[in-house]
Order: sequence, then structure tokens, then C-alpha cells
Amino acid sequence: MKKTFPMIRSASGALLIAALTWGGAASAQFKVGFMATLSGPAAALGQDMYDGFMLGLEHSGGKFGGVDVEVIREDDQLKPDLAVQTVNRFIERDQVDVVAGVTFSNVMMAIAKPLADSNTIFMGTNAGPAPLAGERCAPNFFFVSYQNDQQAEGVGKYATNQGFKNVYLMAPNYQAGKDAVGGFKRYYKGNVVGEVYTRVNQPDYSAEIAQLQAANPDAVYVFYPGGMGINFIKQFRQAGLLGKIPLLSVSSFDGSTLPALKETALGAISGSFWGVDFDNPVNQKFVTAFEAKYGRIPSQYAAQSYDGAMLLNSAIKKIGGQYKDKNALMAALRAAEFDSVRGDFKFNKNGFPIHDMYVFEVAPDAKGRVSHKTLQKTLPAHPDSYVGQCPL
Amino acid sequence: MTLNLVLGQALNGLQFGILLFLMAAGLTLVFGIMSFVNLAHGSLYMFGAYFAATVASHSGSFVLAIFSAMVLIFLLGAAIDRAGLSILHRRSHLDQVLATFGLVLFSNELVRVVWGNAPIYMDAPDYLSDAVNIFGLNYPAYRFAIIVAGLLVALGLYLLIERTRIGMLIRAGASNRTMVSALGVNIAWLNRFVFALGAGLAGLAGALVGPILSVEPGMGEPVLILTLVVIVIGGIGSIRGAFFGAIVVGLVDTMGRVFVPIWLRATFDPAMATAIGPALASMLVYLLMAVILAFKPEGLFPVRARG
Repeated sequence: MKKTFPMIRSASGALLIAALTWGGAASAQFKVGFMATLSGPAAALGQDMYDGFMLGLEHSGGKFGGVDVEVIREDDQLKPDLAVQTVNRFIERDQVDVVAGVTFSNVMMAIAKPLADSNTIFMGTNAGPAPLAGERCAPNFFFVSYQNDQQAEGVGKYATNQGFKNVYLMAPNYQAGKDAVGGFKRYYKGNVVGEVYTRVNQPDYSAEIAQLQAANPDAVYVFYPGGMGINFIKQFRQAGLLGKIPLLSVSSFDGSTLPALKETALGAISGSFWGVDFDNPVNQKFVTAFEAKYGRIPSQYAAQSYDGAMLLNSAIKKIGGQYKDKNALMAALRAAEFDSVRGDFKFNKNGFPIHDMYVFEVAPDAKGRVSHKTLQKTLPAHPDSYVGQCPL
Repeated sequence: MTLNLVLGQALNGLQFGILLFLMAAGLTLVFGIMSFVNLAHGSLYMFGAYFAATVASHSGSFVLAIFSAMVLIFLLGAAIDRAGLSILHRRSHLDQVLATFGLVLFSNELVRVVWGNAPIYMDAPDYLSDAVNIFGLNYPAYRFAIIVAGLLVALGLYLLIERTRIGMLIRAGASNRTMVSALGVNIAWLNRFVFALGAGLAGLAGALVGPILSVEPGMGEPVLILTLVVIVIGGIGSIRGAFFGAIVVGLVDTMGRVFVPIWLRATFDPAMATAIGPALASMLVYLLMAVILAFKPEGLFPVRARG
């Protein structure tokens, strides 16, 4: 033991020197603290977000506006307390220039305060909870994804457009579920024949589906993200209802669950602001490159994170690489002069996008794989419903 | 509230109960005979689902997938008992809980490493993918098949336990383990068989739910909790108790989810009913357990003279 001690000492001395040198070099880099849910049942979402963001960085030539970039990747494990620690470390120890990512709204709400207090620029690439669009909006927050209610509102409008007289609503019994139902009802003009809230992560929906069948609605609207959506639609189909009663949804039958569903989900309708089949050149380039690099069809989560990287690139380029000037960078981000994969994109005063809402049908794509097909644009240039409460 | 709805829910409750029975039968035997608390029972269920989904996607045969999953999990059960769990038989329950909980974490992570984070695909075969007509009610054919298969397994298990020599030893082991071993029965061998049998049933349950539920890491834990409720209600170590306990829990859980909100809406104002209904419905099973424990602390069908 004694003999090895001097070796350890010299080795750690060398490490210390190396760390100091690298630390010095790193300060000339634009630092991104990327946090998403990368483990647990929802890890597929976080992985798509990270992959999409890194692809955006690659398409910007590995630099943002000509500045070298360092991305620090962290997993929040869907634990708000852990997320707060991670963000505090990003701000204080790593001194990042931007915090990006964040998959879930409860995590987002937990880290909103440290981010707002430290005036750290935040680039949200998924979660968009209502309070941050309304009374708690902040000038340093930029949500390149969407406000949680927007997609539900688009589907509500679709149900109205289609003339569905009686719609049956189902969601898990927690805040996001209630928001998804609330957003739908805001734009749906018909009659709600049933509104059922199930247990979070309930595996079996046979009882609720039998009840739904008895109510005999014109359409069913659900919000069942992740495994819940897979359970629900399998059982909905086995009850002989898929194809008989139109199934409308948000965040349920998307890129994260379609690989596990395949043909099971054919015919389901879902609402979003982006579709994999959008034929603008930016999207074509994104989808082709994503499939080539990762061997799977990109989801919405990948698309909006790709947009996040492209927006950062455009903003830093616009200010000539002087990213240390925080106010200039925020102004350049707000201008949002980049080509989004979704087409038209503009920031509202609360840092949430004004963009078009669409509905999609789960259908085979040109290569015969199960994917999304654009059906119609429901709400053009749609702002979120909470911007009026934002004091900015 | 039509008759069809009640009948449909009764079938749903029965189907859920049958699945719980497949889980509970193994757990109650292992607990009752070996006095071994196996929290990893849910992991065996998860492995059953994963094996079945994998075999189904490679071979295209649904029947082969179900059988191979059951056999593989039976062998896996025997293997992990041989590899280490048997050491724990004589240790305290707390040690067993700790060790098997560790196994749960390990299994979830292993599944993630091998199959990935995203749920994987498994579907019912074409001949069971639609609905069948039972007394004018459209009921999913696959769920009906689960009820039939589960009842057959229950019957087979009954015959095995009540009519065979192994079954006699198992019953004797549940009543008085020391005496059975004193009479010259190789209790280690009996233990391993019981453990593997329980594992095989959990694997079968997992394989059967593949087409209904999402096959994903951690899918075993919610089922395990209800399974523990079932064996506590039914009486630990009793197969008959596991069967009736499972059916009761299945029916109460399913019926409660539908009829509690309806009943509340008829009594209170709708907004309050929507708020309380789901919460109350998900508590029902646990309320039932509390009531049964208050009046029959040994469960509904206690095994007599446990030693």
C-alpha cells in the first residue's frame, strides 16, 4: 500500500493539471446543459429528444453560429428533486449558457424557479405547462415545442369540424390528463357524453371500454401517453371498436409508441403541430438524416429538439458569435429566424410558439411502415390560451 | 346501467381475476410451503411476457410463444432457486424481501439492457383478435380465451394438488413442513419443484397478457401488489383461497371502477363525483382487504395447523 501512494499522488497531480487545462479551454465553448428523462418507462421520449438535438447540432456543422459547443447530457430520472439539483449544478458549477430539454411538466415546474431566479436561458424542447405560459412566464424561457393544451385544442377543433355530436373523453387522473381534456373541450362545440378519469398507469381498461361502448358515442378522445396508450388501444381494438368508433388522441399514439403498436394502431387520429410526412425541405432533410443515423422513424420529440438546436444556431449566428451578451442572445432567440421542420414558427410574448395545428392518421408510409399521415390543418397560426395572463 | 354492461363487467372481472389467480397460485404455494417471500414473482411475470413476445415475433406462432414462455420461466425458476434463492429459505423474511427486491431491480435493468427502454410489440393471433358474441354481448375473443385457459389451468392445478402424490406432499408441506421432511421426503427437491411451478404459472400469466398490455420494463410491479392482496385475502398457502380471492379481487376492482362513479353521480353532484369516483374506486380492493383481515385475520380459506 505504501509503495503505491506516491504513484497515486503523482497521478492525481497530473489529473489535476489536465483538468485545469481542459477547464481553461472549455470556457471558450458555448455550453448546453441538456436534461431529459433518459431512464425508466419514458426513456424512449428523452432519448429521441437528445438524438434530435444532437442531429441538429451536427447539421449546424457541430457548432452553433461558428462557436464550439459542449453538450452536457443529464438524466432527470423523472424525479423533480433530482432535476433541481442537476439544474443548480448546471448553473453554478458548469456555468452553462443554455439549459435545454426537459421531458415532463412536473419536472419543468420544479426547475422553473431556479432558472427564472438565475436568469439562465432555457430552451424547452418538450414540456410546456400552463403556469409557465401564463402568470409565471419569464423573459429567459423559450419553448420551441408547444404549450401542453395546444395539441388538444387542435383535436377539439377537428371533432367540431367533423360534426361529431357526442364525444366520450378519457384520461389518466392527474394534471396533464385534466389539461388534455380541458384543452379539447375549449374548442369542441358538441356534447360530452362521458368524461372518465382512470388511475395513473392503470394497465387494464376493459371496464371503462365496456362503459364507453354502452354510451355509444360518435367518437372517443383519449390522452394516454406511453405504456397506457399501448394498453388502451390494444384493448379498444380487441373489443371490436377500432374502426367502428373514431379514436381521437394527443400524445398517445406517436413516434414513441408506434414501434410497439405497429398495425394495432392503424386508423387512430392524433393531433400535433408536426408530422413526419411534412414535405418542406427542412423536414425532409431532418427525417432522412434521422432515419439514416438512428435507424428509426423520428418522433415529434426528436423533431422539436432538432428545432431547438437549429434555433440556437440561428440566434448565435445572428449576433456574430457574441453569445456572452445574454440580452442580445435572448433577443436573437425571440426573433426565431430559423427554418422550423414544422413550417411557420413565431414566438409569442410568453416564449411559447404560435404555429399551425394539424391532425394525423396512423397509416402505412411509402415504405409500408406504420407511421403518421397528415389529414388536415385544424387551427392555423394558433397561439396558446394562457398568453393573456402573462405579465410580460 | 343495462344488463349487458353488468354482464360485460362481470366477464371482465372474471378475466382479471383469472390472471391474478395464475400469479397468486405460485406465490401462495411458495409462501405457504417454503415460507419464502418472493417479491421477484412480478419479474418472472415480466420475463414471461418478454419471452412470449420475442418467440411470437420470431416464429410467428402464438401457441408456441405461450408454451415456450411457460416452459422457459419454469426452467428459469428452477435455475434461480438452484443458483441462490434456496440459500435464503432458512433466513428471516426481511432478508428474503431485501434479496428478492434486489432481484426486481436487477431484472428491470436487465430487460432494459436486452430489449431496450421502449415497450415491445405482441399481438393476439388473427383468430382471437376480434370480438365474440356471448348472449348478445360483444366481448373480446382474446379475453374470453384467457378465461377458458385460466379455468383449465385452475382445474389442472386442482387435480395436481388433490389427486397426485406430489400434490399430497405439497399439501402436507403447507401444513407441517418439518414433519414432511422428517418422514423422509426430499424437501429441497419439493421446494424447487414448487418454486418452478409457481414461476411457470407467473410466466404463463405474463405471456397471456402480452397482447392486452404493454410489454415494458417494470410491468410486473403493479400486478405483484394486487397478487399480494389476493393471497392475504385468500389465506396464505391455500390454492383454493388464491382462486376465490383472485376472483373476488378481480370482480371488486372491475365493478368498482365502473359502478362507484355511476352510483356517486346519482347521489352527489357530478363535479364532486368525477373528483372522488376514481380515487374511491381504486381504494376498494384495499378496503375489502382491511375488512376481511378485521374479521378473518387468517384469510378466507386458511391452511390449518401451519408449522
